[in-house]
Amino acid sequence: MSMPTATIRPQFEIRSRVSPERRETKIDVTGLNFFYGRSQALKDISISIPERMVSAFIGPSGCGKTTFLRTLNRMNDVIPRTRIEGNVSIDGQNIYAPGADVVELRRKVGMVFQKSNPFPKSIFDNVAYGLRINRLTSSKSELEDRVVAALKNAALWEEAKDRLKSSALGLSGGQQQRLCIARALAIRPEVILMDEPASALDPIATSKIEELIVHLKKQYTIVIVTHNMQQAARVSDLTAFFLLGKLIEVNSTEKMFTAPDEKLTEDYITGRFG
Amino acid sequence: MEVHRHLDEDLDTLRATVLRLGGEAESALRRAMHSLTDRDSGAAREVLQHDDDIDQLEVEVDRQCVDIFVLRQPAARDLRFVMSVAKMAPLLERIADHSCNIARAAIDLNNEPELNDHDRVRKMGDSCSAMLGAALDAFTRNDPTAAREVIKRDAEINDLYNQVFHDLIEMMVSEPATATRDARLLFVAKHLERIGDYVTDICELTVYMAEAAVIKHKH
Repeated sequence: MSMPTATIRPQFEIRSRVSPERRETKIDVTGLNFFYGRSQALKDISISIPERMVSAFIGPSGCGKTTFLRTLNRMNDVIPRTRIEGNVSIDGQNIYAPGADVVELRRKVGMVFQKSNPFPKSIFDNVAYGLRINRLTSSKSELEDRVVAALKNAALWEEAKDRLKSSALGLSGGQQQRLCIARALAIRPEVILMDEPASALDPIATSKIEELIVHLKKQYTIVIVTHNMQQAARVSDLTAFFLLGKLIEVNSTEKMFTAPDEKLTEDYITGRFG
Repeated sequence: MEVHRHLDEDLDTLRATVLRLGGEAESALRRAMHSLTDRDSGAAREVLQHDDDIDQLEVEVDRQCVDIFVLRQPAARDLRFVMSVAKMAPLLERIADHSCNIARAAIDLNNEPELNDHDRVRKMGDSCSAMLGAALDAFTRNDPTAAREVIKRDAEINDLYNQVFHDLIEMMVSEPATATRDARLLFVAKHLERIGDYVTDICELTVYMAEAAVIKHKH
């Protein structure tokens, strides 16, 4: 298979489902290479991710989309024998610059994982956890207000308000995932990374997560990795297609799913891949 | 790749069904014009009798499109193909309806003395048939260049319609006894003019299908 080698930069007019105006770039990535030992997982990735929009990364398993997502809040730092080259800037600041504050970065860039991972604590304590360890509130009432606001923002308040002291592990899978989103929201991030957040959920729970994503983009920049192309089409404004560690195409979601520019993208989304 | 094989099979079936509908619409137009120009009311009745089958074909195309949308969730070129076919089917059905109206006019006109000059209407009918055939060829070959060429020919139909309109109005004034027949023929010309517009719409859909370019209302 012949692969395009040129770095692809987005050349499109973003047509947001919220408003048609152009958005500022929140995350700017240029010439990013990433290595697991000798194996290169990401090859010369360059992309601009607009603020307060949903950007979806799609591609087959092993294409590097999750690895790329994790570079955006330096989650790969904890993996031994990895190496990164290139530049990842958020609000113009290179997050890999020497001396960059990783704790501050992760406060700014929250993450929700494929499998919900609530702590074995109460619903309230789960959401309050990040606020407490980062000492982000100055009083009990402020803490409570932030927890309630996060639960409401994550569309979990109505279901959780009468059981805040109950174990989070008693929640359903969909509720647990929304709890994890609430936990991420509580520390007021600016960017939320979601790695297949609905892949383990039934259609109703998936629908709630998707509605939540669309609701949250009014305030947050959201980046989602999904294997479900229909989900990418439903929730995202911008879609990026990865293949074998390369960014093949990034385009508005409408264009990507009706008339992609690259044949490889077309073959992938029409299911004629390989 | 089992799922994709099913999608390809469904798309092939849809293509075959819409082409059958296109062929039936072409045939209805050709036979309706034959019934008018050759005063063959039997052919006109056949066109009318056959219309229900064409309506059913349109329903069948609709059903197949809905099935593909729901069960296969097409994207990119597949999506554009199914969208184009879904919009094309009612245009073809309307072409067949206009052909029926021409056939009805033919039956009425064939019961009366022949008008002297059918030539321009005949020419309109020939142009419409040729355009429809070329439009269906362009669709079959996924050929936007050919589709654009067909669109240009709609101007011929419109010019002919304007000429026929003036000729028939003049005839109504100069020979009032023929006014009823002239009016019927004028309606035939109007039906043909509308068919030209539908053929243009079909070609626009072919361009969309092939290039994802929306040229509607832009030429």
